[in-house]
Amino acid sequence: MPFTEAEVLRILREVAGADEQVDTDGQDSSDVPLNELGYDSLALLELAARMERLYPIQIPDSDLKNEMTPREIVAYVNARRAEARA
Amino acid sequence: MSATGIRDERPRALVTGIGVVAPTGVGTRQHWESVLAGKSGLGRITRFDPSGYPVQVAGEVPGYDEARHVPGRLVPQTDRFTHFAITAAQEALTDARVAPSALPEYEMAVVTASSSGGTDFGQHEMERLYQKGPSWVSAYQSIAWFYAATTGQLSIRHGMRGPCGVLCSEQAGGLDALAQAWRLLSSGSRLVLVGGTDASLCPYGLVAQMATGSLATTDDPARAYLPFTTAARGFVPGEGGALLVVESAQSAHQRGASHYGELLGYAAGFDPRPGSGRPAVLGAVIRRALSDAGLTPDRVDLVFADAHGTPDRDASEAQAITEVFGPCGVPVTAPKTLTGRLYAGGAALDTATALLALSEGIVPHTAGPDRPAPACDIDLVLGQPRPTRPRTALIVARGHGGFTSALVVAGRHRGLDRGVTSAEVTSPVKGIPA
Amino acid sequence: MTRAAVITGVGVVAPGGIGRDAYWNLLSAGRTATRRISLFDASGFRSRVAAECDFDPVAFGLSSREVRRMDRAAQFAVVAAREAIGDSGIELPVSDPGRVGVSIGSAVGCTMGLEKEYTVLSDSGRAWLVDHRYSVPHLYGYMAPSTIATEVAWQARAEGPAALVSTGCTSGLDAVGHGVQLIEEGTADIVLAGAADAPLSPITSACFDAIKATSPNNDDPAHASRPFDGRRDGFVLGEGAAVMVIEEARAAQARGADPYAEILGFAGRSNGFHMTGLKPDGREMAEAIRVAMGRARLAPPDIDYINAHGSGTRQNDRHETAAFKASLGHHAYATPVSSIKSMIGHSLGAIGSLELAACVLALRHQVVPPTANLHVADPECDLDYVPNIARERRLRNVLSVGSGFGGFQSAIILGQPRAARAAA
Repeated sequence: MPFTEAEVLRILREVAGADEQVDTDGQDSSDVPLNELGYDSLALLELAARMERLYPIQIPDSDLKNEMTPREIVAYVNARRAEARA
Repeated sequence: MSATGIRDERPRALVTGIGVVAPTGVGTRQHWESVLAGKSGLGRITRFDPSGYPVQVAGEVPGYDEARHVPGRLVPQTDRFTHFAITAAQEALTDARVAPSALPEYEMAVVTASSSGGTDFGQHEMERLYQKGPSWVSAYQSIAWFYAATTGQLSIRHGMRGPCGVLCSEQAGGLDALAQAWRLLSSGSRLVLVGGTDASLCPYGLVAQMATGSLATTDDPARAYLPFTTAARGFVPGEGGALLVVESAQSAHQRGASHYGELLGYAAGFDPRPGSGRPAVLGAVIRRALSDAGLTPDRVDLVFADAHGTPDRDASEAQAITEVFGPCGVPVTAPKTLTGRLYAGGAALDTATALLALSEGIVPHTAGPDRPAPACDIDLVLGQPRPTRPRTALIVARGHGGFTSALVVAGRHRGLDRGVTSAEVTSPVKGIPA
Repeated sequence: MTRAAVITGVGVVAPGGIGRDAYWNLLSAGRTATRRISLFDASGFRSRVAAECDFDPVAFGLSSREVRRMDRAAQFAVVAAREAIGDSGIELPVSDPGRVGVSIGSAVGCTMGLEKEYTVLSDSGRAWLVDHRYSVPHLYGYMAPSTIATEVAWQARAEGPAALVSTGCTSGLDAVGHGVQLIEEGTADIVLAGAADAPLSPITSACFDAIKATSPNNDDPAHASRPFDGRRDGFVLGEGAAVMVIEEARAAQARGADPYAEILGFAGRSNGFHMTGLKPDGREMAEAIRVAMGRARLAPPDIDYINAHGSGTRQNDRHETAAFKASLGHHAYATPVSSIKSMIGHSLGAIGSLELAACVLALRHQVVPPTANLHVADPECDLDYVPNIARERRLRNVLSVGSGFGGFQSAIILGQPRAARAAA
């Protein structure tokens, strides 16, 4: 099952809420860095923990940064999943 | 100058804003209207099914939807007790018409009382820990449950970078926090956001409270919390509290802010250990608070009682009040029968209610009790409010274990009021023993 | 006339050293007390090291009822308070107990007791509707952290103002600062001030694991806490308590006390930035330091030692170094700085009081405790952190700082007693 930008945003909304001013449903959020969407280091840790449980992958401590965009995170996760399957 | 910056002259501490989230309503106006109407917020617990427990009645905040009352990003990273505080703080700041960004950041502070912290959040996280494993514990557990969570979040939200604090003295905490706010005004702060909230009505929270043996086990909300009566069998726990904006008179004057009233005096003590043979300290604490306020007992128009709701504690409180004020020497009231005892939120809410009463000229009644027990020789205000224009009030709070605090407040219409002038911004030196 | 506060008694329960003397022994020798967690099965956790107290409550004078009733943190506080009271020479109860106050700090209160009872009542988390029939009578005492202050008040027979100060990791400094406020404003003449925390419990370990704040250096527990070192990778959880008797200076002198130190300045600020994150410039900690120095009427050259927060996270040690430079200017380079968390771990709310106790003992012995495990330099942390070996130094005034979740930044300055000298 593909892991998408929408999924990243959905998980973030669930674990870390969302600011009212930011529309994280819109397609244009895919390329917005997480910190600009209002997500801090703790939100990122929650996201990482959730993804580690969803797809058994390991995410080393400093791999994810909240300057990354949902698109970049999807790419990262899919790469980790491919490694795990290999 | 002293090591902690406390100056000899203590400034007048004015309350310029109030925010309430309580079983009597979300918002100050709703709360006060419930108080005047004697409309109880007690009812059967709805947040979980209480039918397996001997305690089934509590004061829950009605119609509180955190999605509407708290910014979206803050909801998952904070517990309900902080949600309440965020809402009440926003109301207090709006009420005070203060834009914190316009004031010097280091001269504003936040002080809250805390008691059980993020109880509901904590129970959820412990459940995940034990059912699923350590890696399931939230990244927010480290900031949501601890007692300082609310102060931290409010300090960030409103950019208040002065000396923030958190005091835990159970039900007395709110008064101690107000006293601490006053100390901060004496040592460089101009405005303090101060108060407390509690939200421990989750199963583990309730069961922990039940261990004191002081919670009422009556199913009927109307009969459960009847302090100072022969029917007193315990108190009802509640959730919620209040946040207040307390400012130096100079700051309020500069901003052209109006105020509800001001802090006049305060004292705190701790009961000797049970079995020591020494007397409880409440009477002495009340006297010290009055002395600190520069008032004789006859100048106090109203007492907001601690109202523990158990026969012994009610009798000891009534006795202390009687010793200081004489039998039926002052109107005594406990609007907290409408909300239950709110622990970290209780004394802050009592203070808010007291200031509303003073500013509206009305002594609120104690809904529920029909007449005081023989051991309680006090003028308990029953039946309906008295529009007798009280000018000063004493608020009493006793926290589990022995914490005993008393705060004296005056309404802005004291009969002396001439408006705040720059000449009045300080009050005389409080009595320091030689 | 201004009232001043002096420290006349110190009691300590620390990892590797219970009691004042054993504690100083550890610190001055630069020994570390961090080890593999033994207080609970830590095998499923990311960080499996901690600084634990070898604490037998009965051996330290607690009755079986006290042990049953009190959470471990309260036990620590009581034992430390007893030692402090004995050390001060004060006879209790005093003639007016209403003049004796209590100000005890704790970040996480009675977490161990609360969590242990939760596992029973919930049947290890199976039941959201926990079973009250298994409840212990003093369960509420675990839920309300204020019971720690209650227990100390009972020890001291105190009937004055009492409070539990809970400002996260600055609780231990803030509780002492609050105690000084009570003395200066005249509501107390004696205050039992300090802090206690016993956070070594699964829920606490898990919450710090979740934010990767604690060191995962499980293979080398003795060296896992490495403040200011280039290889540092997080803090090591600890536990313990320190309680001090602080008294109004003239009254202390009148009864013939020999104070360890005077509290010359205290200030707090909040970063108002983030609950856990720190900005690299350390500006609010710098401001707290500046204000404390101003209150102490001291200038940067007067500070002879800085006891750092030095938790050993990458961000803290950098933040703090910047704060020292901002507040002390070039004198920061000439002032020894050390973190005793390198030896006794980070006991959250308790650590501030443990660090103040270390400062008091440093002043008494005129020796600066070292930063242990400091071998690899970090270009961002380029001050003199007294690596590994304690150092004799003339100490007149000592600065202790703390930083905590919620943004709290606190600073206290201790010095040789001044007020009593002036009055003599």
